[in-house]
Amino acid sequence: MSNPNINWAAIDTNPKFQALHRKKTIFLWGLMVISTVYYFLLPIGAAYYQDLFKVKVWGVVNVGILFALSEFIVAWTIAWIYSRKANKEFDAMAQEIINDVNNGSMK
Amino acid sequence: MSGLLNKLMLSAAALSVSGVTFAGNGAVADEFKWMTFTVFGVIIAITMAITFWAARTTHTTSEFYAAGRSVSGIQNGWAIAGDYLSAASFLGIAGLISLYGYDGFMYSVGWLVAYITVLLVIAEPCRNIGKYTMGDILAFRNDPKKTKTVAALSTITVSTFYLTAQMVGGGVLIKTLIGIDYEISVIGVGILMLAYVVFGGMKATTWVQITKAVLLVTASIILVMMVWAPYGFSLPGYLGSVVADPDVQKQVAKLLGDKASTMTPEELGQRFLEPGLFLKNPIDQISLGLALVLGTAGMPHILMRFFTVPTAQAARTSVIWAMGIIGGFYVLTLFLGTGAAMLVGPDKIAAVDAGGNMAGPLLAQYLGGGEQSYMGNFMLAFVAAVAFATIVAVVAGLVLAAASAMAHDIYVGVIRGDHATPKEQVIAARVASVIVGIIAITVGILAKGQNVAHLVALAFAVAASSNLPAVFLTLYWKKCNTTGIILGMIVGSLTAIGLVMISPNMTYPKAVIANANKVLNGEPAVPAKEAAPAVERSSFMCELFALDGCVLAKPAQAASPEKPAKLGAAEKLAGLNAKLQPMEAALPTITDAAAKTAAEADIAKVKKDIAGVEKAKAKAEADLKKVEGQTTSLMGLEKPFFLLKNPGLISIPLGFLLVILGSLFTRDKRAEEMWDELYVRQNTGINAEAASAH
Repeated sequence: MSNPNINWAAIDTNPKFQALHRKKTIFLWGLMVISTVYYFLLPIGAAYYQDLFKVKVWGVVNVGILFALSEFIVAWTIAWIYSRKANKEFDAMAQEIINDVNNGSMK
Repeated sequence: MSGLLNKLMLSAAALSVSGVTFAGNGAVADEFKWMTFTVFGVIIAITMAITFWAARTTHTTSEFYAAGRSVSGIQNGWAIAGDYLSAASFLGIAGLISLYGYDGFMYSVGWLVAYITVLLVIAEPCRNIGKYTMGDILAFRNDPKKTKTVAALSTITVSTFYLTAQMVGGGVLIKTLIGIDYEISVIGVGILMLAYVVFGGMKATTWVQITKAVLLVTASIILVMMVWAPYGFSLPGYLGSVVADPDVQKQVAKLLGDKASTMTPEELGQRFLEPGLFLKNPIDQISLGLALVLGTAGMPHILMRFFTVPTAQAARTSVIWAMGIIGGFYVLTLFLGTGAAMLVGPDKIAAVDAGGNMAGPLLAQYLGGGEQSYMGNFMLAFVAAVAFATIVAVVAGLVLAAASAMAHDIYVGVIRGDHATPKEQVIAARVASVIVGIIAITVGILAKGQNVAHLVALAFAVAASSNLPAVFLTLYWKKCNTTGIILGMIVGSLTAIGLVMISPNMTYPKAVIANANKVLNGEPAVPAKEAAPAVERSSFMCELFALDGCVLAKPAQAASPEKPAKLGAAEKLAGLNAKLQPMEAALPTITDAAAKTAAEADIAKVKKDIAGVEKAKAKAEADLKKVEGQTTSLMGLEKPFFLLKNPGLISIPLGFLLVILGSLFTRDKRAEEMWDELYVRQNTGINAEAASAH
């Protein structure tokens, strides 16, 4: 199953692979930074912005509860955005590279 | 058998005399224990059937470690949830919410966000590059023998910390729930788990985890429906009723102490939904958050799950499902925790287990109709059985991870230089599982009564400081090499462990003695204090270490009145007994039925107070005995030098830094040459390990 004849360096420098690499890097880092920053807003807000967290907005439900619940929504949304993008775009780009390797046009 | 029956009848007799349900014999009353054992038996039977079925198709190494890479994405998602939702997170977080409200819920968020890291940077590349272990990923471009050795050591360390916490937690849990002896519980869990792993390998482990996750989610949804439905599924309506509950208000008043005296009951109840009742140190929170967010992606038993699916796409699907299940479950815990606080009461929850771990089970019992009802006890039995299934499922995953490191990395990779026959490899895997299993049982029994709660946080901190930097930089940084990996992993994990050893997690005898003496001998009066302005801390380092000349930040203090002296336990008992005697003496002379009932209630209340003081006294005396003759902690310190409970804030950046420095200062031809292949393969899946065909 292993193919020792694949020229990995050639694939790495191929424009198609470089395009995949660039797109993925920007996209993944973007999502990672957004999710990390948003997550740490919770402990920071709970510690230093308690007056804001205590504001009641919906009956007894306050900003703090809604913000904590929003953490779940944001995490799920990021997961959904990533999987949509990966399923639609990254997988197709990778498949094209695999096809090129298999039919010998990229070696 | 007849001995057991005798014992049961005796304790049943004792119960009916004392009228106390929790006779120190477990939360399930003896007359209902058969129900618990039946439910346990059914669950054990199901898992054994799974193991029997899985064992028939577990012959090769790939089948043993990776279930033949034939687990579907959805199945793996459920298995990850089953692997991850340990007793600590499922009972512990509901418990924290029931005792401390908002802070408990906030605590749960990091456990879900952690999976973003797993999804974005770890799951798919690991599936494309890896084979059975974390060591395989690191050895792809680094020196195989060296990195496999370090990776295996780190895997075994992390798994052992986590495993010890699970075994001790499991033993205590089973004892609290149904009163089976701690040692027997630990051995029972160990033997069951060994049966799954040794005979059924990853396939049995996976399906035990799936079964457990389904049971857990089902049980939680049913409980939440029962708690929330009376309010028409209105969030403000439900939470409004939580904050209006006198038990909840009493708990907040207790937690706030003096500050509560100026607050109205409404304010006290509302305070339950506001931050700051449990988590006091924000820097410690951020440190823990870092360890969770980065550590989960470095947990060997989680990494290993991605080798069981056929493709990177399936690995992606599995994380999405896992995030849905895990996140959904944590949202449910908000209702489980607050529901338990409102319906059972924080007082009663803490009386059964101080950490609140029994909140979920007690809520189930209440919702089914209470302590004396069949339905209540059936529901308690069901939740107890889910807790039991949780422990065996999590422990099985950890044992498999540690055993694969021992057998595949150390024995096959390092000792045999990758020249073992397939048959030898499977035998090695099974032998290693038995060894790890025996270690788990032994450590579990030895650690009885020890405080192991910090071991879970420590496992995550080591995974985040050692495993994650190594895996991440191997996958994404061209210059990363063997020296960097080894340096980073060793320093990262030793720093995390070292900082915990000098942190507030350890036992400091002087503080224990002072606290025990407060209970036994009482406290002197505190004179009235004038208002004091806020104090600024002298430097940021002072938040982390107990350095000389440090001034810690203090908020402005309002003037406080004089506090009277507090009595010691013996004086309190004497006082209560003196109060009780005339009440009991007067009881037969009361003829009016209503007055008699009231007097009996008063007597019961005083008796309860006496029992409470006696319990506190016994605990203080036991604490004193434990630290008798000691003045310093294990590390020879009188008080903590590192002030955070979570070392991640320091050890994680250090782990990354050392991988980077070690890689920059040395050259490693293989690591450079293999980069192109690794990077292309992790992105495309070319030449990835294929699923085995059946």
